[in-house]
Amino acid sequence: MTGKLESIANLEGHEDRVWSVAWSPNGFVLASCGGDKTIRIWGKEGDKWICKTILEDGHQRTIRSLGWSPCGTFLASASFDATTCIWDQKSGEFECNATLEGHENEVKSVNWSVSGSLLATCGRDKSVWIWEVQEDDEYECASVIHSHTQDVKKVVWHPTKEILASCSYDDTIKLYKEDEDDWSCCDTLEGHESTVWSISFDGSGDRIVSCSDDKTVRIWKSYPPGNQEGVVVSGKHSKWKCVCVLSGYHDRTIYDVHWSKVSGLIATASGDDCIRIFKEDTNSDRNQPSFQLVATQRKAHSMDVNSICWHPKDENILATCSDDGTVKLWRFTPAEE
Amino acid sequence: MAAVTDRLENVNPTVFQRLKERVVLAEEEDDNIVDKIDDREIFDMIRSINDPEHPLTLEELNVVEQALIDVSDDESYVKVQFTPTIPHCSMATLIGLAIRVRLLRSLPDRFKVDVKITPGTHQSEIAVNKQLADKERVAAALENNHLLDVIDQCLVSKK
Repeated sequence: MTGKLESIANLEGHEDRVWSVAWSPNGFVLASCGGDKTIRIWGKEGDKWICKTILEDGHQRTIRSLGWSPCGTFLASASFDATTCIWDQKSGEFECNATLEGHENEVKSVNWSVSGSLLATCGRDKSVWIWEVQEDDEYECASVIHSHTQDVKKVVWHPTKEILASCSYDDTIKLYKEDEDDWSCCDTLEGHESTVWSISFDGSGDRIVSCSDDKTVRIWKSYPPGNQEGVVVSGKHSKWKCVCVLSGYHDRTIYDVHWSKVSGLIATASGDDCIRIFKEDTNSDRNQPSFQLVATQRKAHSMDVNSICWHPKDENILATCSDDGTVKLWRFTPAEE
Repeated sequence: MAAVTDRLENVNPTVFQRLKERVVLAEEEDDNIVDKIDDREIFDMIRSINDPEHPLTLEELNVVEQALIDVSDDESYVKVQFTPTIPHCSMATLIGLAIRVRLLRSLPDRFKVDVKITPGTHQSEIAVNKQLADKERVAAALENNHLLDVIDQCLVSKK
């Protein structure tokens, strides 16, 4: 018996492929972006989801991804035009009040730290940038990290600490920490056999899920110095180990994965047009966890699914977007036990 | 993506005989019969693509062959293997990109397309295949007007 996914809204308006969707922290609105160089803000009016605002003229090329500040006041957009724009509604309407420049070419991802005081970007130039948020809409580059050897696809902050994770075309995932005033890579997670497209922390921040062009999903766990399991840790930073590989479920590249902080469910978006939900077994051993596929939505979109995002408050609502130009909202109903 | 150089890498490529034009069969004219997309149809989409450096088509250089096309209309899937004229051809990525763009423009959206180098025929086969399969990098490349011009030149049918 598996759970059920039903489509609850089909949001049309983008004029090209939609690359990314992001819920505001309170879940009241959803932002989407794509090849048409616009950002659309979707919200509920009565029972219906509608496009509230279209943000244009911020970028000259494709907008690849979005990130909300934890307070929900700011929205950052990463673009192939090599810049990151910061939008806010201080004037009552969304306006771009800061543009972060520095990357040599396409910016692929942007993400805010939990405190809202740091911002990370990454891109095709193989670098990861960390920006400090100053007063008066000023952003200062705190560090440029060249640890990856290829195109960096995504950056994601730890849910509670100032630890950053990134994944890359070089098939690895890397973790960064600030050490004596400078940021450096403290661990490299190897195992995927092709591009790692996306990563997501679980609610505790002790585990990461990753997805790849190698059609697998991997679960990684951190082992702090002095761990009871006896995992060897050199130095003072935790050692991350792959503890589970989910293979054989996806037919093509997996472009996104999101680990719900509310329900603990993992959702994937892939090039086979499907969305899938995985649930950890109740008695799962954390050092050797097992996950079950609890729902598959075939033909969720008519083309590749690019991004998937759990609602931050309502544990059964999901948003997806696709090359087919649409954004969709889904309700997940778990199977009865 | 590789830049176009002035110097020919492969000065004397072997030129292959072109296939005859496809004969249109009576049942293909019949609108009541659903025509599934087959390997010959895919081949016809890509055979006349121009080589980036020779005044010859990919068919004449044997870079594309009907036998190296896999297609399943029912599964909306197409796989094209192409064979660079020489194992160190720096144009391999560009040729693959031209094939990909032609198929993107010609096929219905439902199709999944894989464009790969014929195994064992290029020294950077894995790297080129990985780049051609990365739709994000392909999308970024196609926003580069200079590159798009070069690809469009390859896609102009001379006839």
